[in-house]
Amino acid sequence: MTLTRHELRQSKNSLMIWTVSIGCLMAVCIFLFPEIKSEMSAISAMFASMGSFSAAFGMDKVSFGTLPGFYAIECGNILGLGGSLFASLCGISILAKEEKEHTAEFLLTHPVSRGRIVTEKLIAVLLQITFLNIIVLLLSFGSITAIGEKIPLPELLLLHLAYFLLDLEIGAICFGISAFIRRGSLGIGLGIAAVLYFLNLIANLSEHAEFLKFITPFGYSDGASIVANVRLDASLAALGMVYGAVGICAAYIRYGRKDIA
Amino acid sequence: MYAIETTDLTKYYGKSRGIIRVNLAVEEGDFFGFIGPNGAGKSTAVRALLGLIRPSSGSAKIFGMDCIREKNQILSEIGYLPSETVFYSGMRVKDVIRLSCDLRKKDCRKAAEELCERLQLDLMKKIDELSFGNRKKVGIVCALSHSPRLCILDEPTSGLDPLMQREFFAILRERSRQGTTVFLSSHVLSEIQHNCNHAAIIREGRIIASGSVEDLAKASAKRVVVHGSTEPIFLDGIRDQQAIEDGLRFLYNGDINALLQVLSRRKLRDLSISEPDLEEIFLHYYMEGDTKNDTYPA
Repeated sequence: MTLTRHELRQSKNSLMIWTVSIGCLMAVCIFLFPEIKSEMSAISAMFASMGSFSAAFGMDKVSFGTLPGFYAIECGNILGLGGSLFASLCGISILAKEEKEHTAEFLLTHPVSRGRIVTEKLIAVLLQITFLNIIVLLLSFGSITAIGEKIPLPELLLLHLAYFLLDLEIGAICFGISAFIRRGSLGIGLGIAAVLYFLNLIANLSEHAEFLKFITPFGYSDGASIVANVRLDASLAALGMVYGAVGICAAYIRYGRKDIA
Repeated sequence: MYAIETTDLTKYYGKSRGIIRVNLAVEEGDFFGFIGPNGAGKSTAVRALLGLIRPSSGSAKIFGMDCIREKNQILSEIGYLPSETVFYSGMRVKDVIRLSCDLRKKDCRKAAEELCERLQLDLMKKIDELSFGNRKKVGIVCALSHSPRLCILDEPTSGLDPLMQREFFAILRERSRQGTTVFLSSHVLSEIQHNCNHAAIIREGRIIASGSVEDLAKASAKRVVVHGSTEPIFLDGIRDQQAIEDGLRFLYNGDINALLQVLSRRKLRDLSISEPDLEEIFLHYYMEGDTKNDTYPA
């Protein structure tokens, strides 16, 4: 696991910054909840009556006055968008950076098979995504306890599981793309995460675009639906994992035969 | 068994030429020079040997093992120094060397420390703070600390000061005496001439000459300098003819009797016919219009 350790050392600052940023943003939101709860009647009606905007963000499905509803909309968007951006950046750069930063000659002239390089780098990506999700979950639970609210365990665990799967899927897809590119990786990674996010907004807005939920992982990790039904759409999540697996397979196949510039 | 053996090794990047039907045979324990200007195909050949690129056709073997199928076994026997030594940002020299040893699953700390001492390399320095020459030294330590059977060195002395170059070649000669094969790719001809037993010259992706450094000099043109006559000589085999203060100098690669006949008709004060140095040999091969042959046994 030399290479995994090396990757984790190399990316520890970035991982800490993303984890603390997402965790703190979510904690700030949670600390705002008591204030919002006290002015609930006016706010709830306002958020639920914004037409397409409410539908796009799922605010018509849950009540903003309850902690699970508030958490799904506010914290869910922060974790969904922040986590997916981190996962995409993490995945898209991990193979491509060796050529971009001209370290490939050093790494690939050591007696380490390309397959092992892909495996160890994949483990590094998965560990970083797992670390971020666990720390954010703990920070969130700590913040909820700090404001004196009871933790709605089934809803929140399901929600965090969905976002963890979302991050894994996006990380794995970007990991696959990373094996094909040599430079300009960050823009591609951010672009993929942003496009998938907006595809879900479109799917929420129009019935004709609902098929997009089969494409974007934000479909099965829609916070409002999960909290409203206390259920994760397992078939969509499984489809997402298949996309991720395809990305990983593509990485193994491509990187194993790639000419290193 | 050859340390390096390529058979019709060819690499195209799309339609662009990399190397064409390169045949090399480097004996174990040899100190072999690989000469060519930028873009001739030296790095492509080296990359194919290291398994970084897949050949379009032909094959490459190191110690009898195929460079693609048995790449990992080969790489455990090789120390490679790239022309541009780039390492991971933020690491210290000692961390890079340790990473290299860990990837090789070998404890080469002692050898690495000795090399660092000889090359005057500070282990605690951060990679980002190092000059090009000092980064090269880190590359040398990573390439040699595991005592490889074969060293592949691509432009190894660029960035090193003359004292360090001397120390570096002293280390290489020691390794060579211990049986290590050295494959030195360079366009610094004096390095090849002073250190290598055999050499190959590559031009436009093809090997145009190969053999012992001594034989290469013999097989090629003679350097002729005449004093007392400045009138140009028109004879097949004369190249690079230049007027000097009281005569002419040129490279001659033809029938020596024909040249002497022409010269005997002139009133000369002095005449010298000598072996050219490797730089002149190199220029001679490069000035030749046609590629003589694709294959020259080493």
